[in-house]
Amino acid sequence: MALINIKIEGVPYQVEDGITILEAARQCGYEIPSLCNFNHGECNRGSCRVCLVEATGARGLVASCVYPVNEGMEVTISSSKAVFARRAAVELLLSNHAVNCQACHKNDKCELLHIAKITNVREDMFKGEKTPTTVDVLNPAITRDTSKCVLCGRCIERCKNAHGLSVLGYQNRGFATIVGPAENRNFNDSPCIMCGQCVSVCPTGALMEHSEVTRVDKAFEAGKYVVVQTAPAVRAALGEEFGMKIGTPVTGKMVAALRRLGFKKVFDTNFAADLTIMEEATELVERIKNGGQLPMITSCSPGWVNYAEYYYGDLLGHVSSCKSPHEMMGAILKHYYAKKIGVKPEDMFVVSIMPCTAKKYEKTREQLVTEGLADVDAVLTTRELARLIKRSGINFNKLADEEFDNDIVGEYTGAGVIFGVTGGVMEAALRSAGYIITGKEFETIEYTAVRGFEGIKEASVDIDGLTVNVAVAHGMKNAKVLLDQIKAGESKYHFIEIMGCPGGCVNGGGQPYVRECFLPNEDLDIMDTYVQKRAGALYSEDERQTLRFSHRNPQVQALYKDLLDHPGSHVSHELLHTSYEARERFND
Amino acid sequence: MIRLSETSVAKIEEICDRYIGEKTPLMMILSAIQEEYGYIPLEVQEIVSAKTGISVAEIYGVVTFYSFFSLKPKGKYVIGCCLGTACYVKGAGQVIDKFSEVLKIKPGETTEDGLFTIDALRCIGACGIAPAVSINGKVYPKVQIKDIPGIVGELVAEAAAAEGGIA
Repeated sequence: MALINIKIEGVPYQVEDGITILEAARQCGYEIPSLCNFNHGECNRGSCRVCLVEATGARGLVASCVYPVNEGMEVTISSSKAVFARRAAVELLLSNHAVNCQACHKNDKCELLHIAKITNVREDMFKGEKTPTTVDVLNPAITRDTSKCVLCGRCIERCKNAHGLSVLGYQNRGFATIVGPAENRNFNDSPCIMCGQCVSVCPTGALMEHSEVTRVDKAFEAGKYVVVQTAPAVRAALGEEFGMKIGTPVTGKMVAALRRLGFKKVFDTNFAADLTIMEEATELVERIKNGGQLPMITSCSPGWVNYAEYYYGDLLGHVSSCKSPHEMMGAILKHYYAKKIGVKPEDMFVVSIMPCTAKKYEKTREQLVTEGLADVDAVLTTRELARLIKRSGINFNKLADEEFDNDIVGEYTGAGVIFGVTGGVMEAALRSAGYIITGKEFETIEYTAVRGFEGIKEASVDIDGLTVNVAVAHGMKNAKVLLDQIKAGESKYHFIEIMGCPGGCVNGGGQPYVRECFLPNEDLDIMDTYVQKRAGALYSEDERQTLRFSHRNPQVQALYKDLLDHPGSHVSHELLHTSYEARERFND
Repeated sequence: MIRLSETSVAKIEEICDRYIGEKTPLMMILSAIQEEYGYIPLEVQEIVSAKTGISVAEIYGVVTFYSFFSLKPKGKYVIGCCLGTACYVKGAGQVIDKFSEVLKIKPGETTEDGLFTIDALRCIGACGIAPAVSINGKVYPKVQIKDIPGIVGELVAEAAAAEGGIA
C-alpha cells in the first residue's frame, strides 16, 4: 500500500495510507489509550471515546481508533484539549462503574484501571444514577457483572470471530444498555460453550472465571487428601503471571510451587493424555474395522463438546466416547491410585489446574461421576493458580525446579505434552496409530502437516498400507466447516481433532491475559505471536523427552497389565469413557 | 415458553424468505413479524436466527433497541400517548398517568384481559392538537383528563360488541 506523509506531535512520519490514526501512532512509538479497539481492529467500534486526539481536517476531536490517516494530516495527542477530553471520557466510564478495584480479581490486568492511571482521572467527577446491574454467578465456568462493563463489545466480537456464535450481545437502549446473552439470561440457560474466550478479551472484571479457590481451601480445611494435576498448556503460560517472557516454560517451578501449596501429590495430566491416546486410537480402529460412525472426532475439549451438544446434537455419535484426559486422571486417581496408597476414594479431593474455563463446567457433568464420586472435584485456571501462589508467600521466580510425582501414574511422554496445542492430539495419535493397528513399531515422530495455526489442517497418512485421512480444526467457526461436511455426507476424513479455543489450549480461556499495555518488554507484534510462543514451549518440551510415543509409556503399559487389561476393555469403559446428550439452546 | 404451531413456524419462515435476499433483511423481517403477530418472542427470534444466520443475542438486541418492536403480546388497543415537547407542556404527563390509573397498568404494560397496552411515544407530529393520543392509528386531539374514562369505556364497549356479547 502507498505511503503517505503525516505529522504526529509535530514530527514527520511516513505511514501506510488508510490505516487508523491509532495504528499509525502505535507504529511510530506513541501509546494512545484505547479500550474498545482490540487486537488490530478485531473489535473496533469507536464507542469508548478514550482514544480522542486532534487531527487536522477533522471537525473537533476524533476517535483515533476508527479515523483513518490521510496525506498531510497533523495529529496532536498531547494538547490540553485532547488530554482533558480523554480524561473526561474515562471519568464518565468510571461514573457508571462499580469501582471496587481492590477486591476485583482482574485488577492486575485491568485496562480501565490502567487507562484511569495514565489519563490522571479525578475522583467522583460525575456522580449520579447508575445503570441497573446484573450479576450472574450461576454458571460454574464464567461470571458476568455488568456493573464493571464498559460496553466495548470485545466479548461479542471474539465469540463471533472464534466460534461464529455471538452468544453475547448488546441489549436495551441508551442508559439501560447492557451486554449479555439474549433476554439477559444467565450462561446456564443460554447456548454458551463456556470456552472463556470472552473472559480472555474483556478489558475489565465484567467477565471472569468462576473462582473455585475457596472450594479448594475448604477441602484442605476439611482434612481431605488433596492431590493436584496440571494440564500441559499451564506450564507454557504460568510464568507470564510472574513477569516472565511469553513462551517461558516453568514446569519445574510450577511443580515446586504446588508442593509448597500443600498438595499431597502433584501429577501431570499428560499421563492421562497418553492413556487417552491408547483408548481413542483403539476406538478409532474399532470403528474402522466394524463399520462404526466415521469420522470419529476427539473429545478432549469441553468447549467443543458443549458446542456439539448445543448445535450438532445429531452428530454426537461421531464424538469419541473417551473422557477428557483430566477426567480420566481423576477416575484413575480415585478408583485405582487411592487404593494403592491406602486412601479412601471419598477422602481424596482431585484438583485440576487447567488453561480452561469450560473444564469447570465439565467436572459437574453427571456423566463424569464414577461409583458415586465426581472424577474431579475442583478446577482452577492458570490465573487462579497464580493468585494462589501469590497469596501464599511463595517467591515463584526463585523456586528450584522439582519433578512431578511419578510412582505409578505420573510418567508421561512428549506425545502427551503437545495435547496443549492445536494439532497435538492428532499428532500424538498418529505417532501411536501404527502400533495400535498392526502391533509393529514405527519411528515417525513429527507430523508437521497437522502443526501450525491455520484454521483447518488436513493430512493423509499411510499406516502400513492403510491410508488414514485426518483433519484438525480449532475455534468453532472452523469446526463448523468440517461438521457441515459430515452432515452433508461429504466428509472424506476418518479422524478429526477439534479444539474449542483458537490455537488450542495454549490460548485457552483460563490462560493469563495478554495485553500489550502490560507487556512493555515484548515485541510490538506480541498479539500476533503469543500463541505460537506458548506452543513453542510445548514443542520444545516434547523434543526434550526421551519417550515420545504414548504407547511406550511404561506406567501406562503397567496400568493395562494391572487394572485395565487392554484398551477398550470393560474396566476401561467403566472408568475412562463417557456419553453425551443433545441440549436445548434456551432452557425454559 | 409458548410452543409455536407448525403453521406459525411456516409463516415466520415465509416472512424470512421474503426478505432474505435484501442487503439488511433483519429490520424488514422483524417489522413484518411485529405487524403480523403484534410481538416477537424469543422462540420466534430463534427461527429468524436459524434462517438468517444472525445470532439470537443480536436479534434480541435489535428488538429491545427499537420501541416499535415488542417482546410481549400487545393489547387489542394500543394507547399511544405522545410525550413530545409540545404535548408534554400541554399536560401529556397527566394524560398518560390517568390512563395508567384507569387501566391499572404502567406504560409499556398490557392489561390482563389483553385489551389495552399503554405506550409512551415521542413526538408524533401532531403538536397543533396537543396533547395528542393515538389509539390503533386513530388520533384523539386535545385530550383532557376528564375525557379519559369515557374513551376507555367506549373501547371496552366496542370490543364487547365485536365479540358478540352485550356491552
